[in-house]
Parts: sequence; C-alpha cells; structure tokens
Amino acid sequence: MASHEEVLSKVSSTLVEALNIDEDEIKPESTLTGDLGAESIDFLDIVFRLEREFGIKIPREELFPEAAQTSDVELLKDGKYTPKGLAELKKGMPFADFSEFEKNPEASQLTNLFTVNMIARFVQDKLAKAGKA
Amino acid sequence: MRWIWIDGFLEFESGKRARTVKNLSSAEDHYAQHFPGYPVMPAALILEGLAQTGGILAGEANQFREKVVLGKINKASFSREFTVGETLHYEVELVHIRPEGATASGKVLVNGICEGEAEIFFAHLDQARSRQAFGEGNFVFTGEMRHLLDQAKRAGAPKPSQS
Repeated sequence: MASHEEVLSKVSSTLVEALNIDEDEIKPESTLTGDLGAESIDFLDIVFRLEREFGIKIPREELFPEAAQTSDVELLKDGKYTPKGLAELKKGMPFADFSEFEKNPEASQLTNLFTVNMIARFVQDKLAKAGKA
Repeated sequence: MRWIWIDGFLEFESGKRARTVKNLSSAEDHYAQHFPGYPVMPAALILEGLAQTGGILAGEANQFREKVVLGKINKASFSREFTVGETLHYEVELVHIRPEGATASGKVLVNGICEGEAEIFFAHLDQARSRQAFGEGNFVFTGEMRHLLDQAKRAGAPKPSQS
C-alpha cells in the first residue's frame, strides 16, 4: 500500500529525471510549467515515465481532459472559461486545486493547475483503482 | 547537403533494437570547421545519428503510419571526442512505445567499447493536425531515409547459413 508521501516522493523523483532539475527545486505546490520549467513535450515524457515507474496506463484524456482544449464558446469565451466550462474542467480534473484559478479562469493560466501534488493525487487514485494502493 | 547521419544498418530487430554504423570520413565538409586542423565529430551529429537509428526503429514498429519526430534528448554523455578515421556503432533500444510517442536508449560504441550514451524521446505528430499541415504523405520517411529502411529490413532478415 503506497501512502500519499511515498507516491509524492516517487512522482518528485520522476519529475527530477524528466526535467533535469535539482531535488531541492521541487516542492509539492510547484507548478510544472511556471516553477519547474516544463514544456509541452515534457508532459508526454512525464506521462511515459509515470507509466513505467508505477506500472499504470495513463490515457491522454485522463490527465488532460477534453474541456481543457476546447474551442466550444459555451465553455471558453474570450480566452476565459465560462461557469459551464469551469464546471467541466473541475469534473475532468478532480485532483487539481481550483481555489486560485477560479478567481480568474483564463485559459493561459490553466497550466498552473498542474502541480506536483496534483500529479501525485492523480497517480494515487490510478493505483487505488488498479488495486495497487 | 545530406542529412543522414548513419551509413547503414547492421542489425535490426523489429520493435526492440537496432545497430547502425557511422564511419567518420575526412570527406565530410564539417571537419574543415570543426575544428581546423583538429577534426572532431560534433556531438550533436552523433546524437542525430542515434536519433535516426531510434526514429526508424520507432517508425517501423508502427509500420511507418506515424510521423516520428525527435522530441527531446534528456541525457547525453560522451567519454571522449571522436575523430576522422574512427568507426562508430550506434546501438539503440526501444524502451517504451505508445500511440503518442516512444522513448529509446542509445549507446555509441567504438571497437566494442561504450564511449557514449543518450536517452531519446520521440513524439508522434498528431495525425489530424499533421495531415492538415503536411498532407497525407509521411514526410519523415522519404528519399534517402527509404533507402536506409530497405537496408534495415535486410539487416533484420535471417542470415543465410554459413556452412
């Protein structure tokens, strides 16, 4: 049974490897792009590594929900998520902390939802569903 | 200028591993500048050779349906410089492959001794978007690359009996 701390520690090591950063640069609340300098190609690399490290499968849409890449004006208008869009996002990203984002839900700020903690919570849920945690 | 940085395939095991060869010849233009009087194979071109070996390996694993592009090189290290007259062997193993891309680990060997290593990440271009931008054809695996592919297939074919 993997505790949240154990999963968080392994996720952190995975990110250190994928992003070539120092262990002490990484904190649970660090955002992948803003704080740790991840680029879009790194996200794919991170997914691959998490799959190998934890022995799980991560379909793309599970970590990056459809609502996050929408062009539907009912969900995203003038670069901001509508209340309906925000609700869809929350449904698709149950492990993200929306408290800051929902104050000003600009699409350009979406990447800030991807924190080390968020990824660890996501992985822990996957492990639990697979009977590994 | 050619942009093929491997001379040919020596071994090819579909979906698993490949070994290619690169002879460092003084006929190649870049040695005139890199460096004058001291010809050293640029490390970036060695990485390109490893990536081409791995790219063909990853492409073949999906029957070349995907446009395989070099995503990033996470780690690379070389124990020394390589100079004109040497023969480099690139050994690449496919570590992980899935619909969005692949990862591979590569080694540079000279006379059987490992002198360099790299971790390579390949992305598959989004099918729908790349069709819009580049059309139906697979622009990655064309021309000289096709010749290498044929060679890879021959390298992977069972060898005739020596007896």
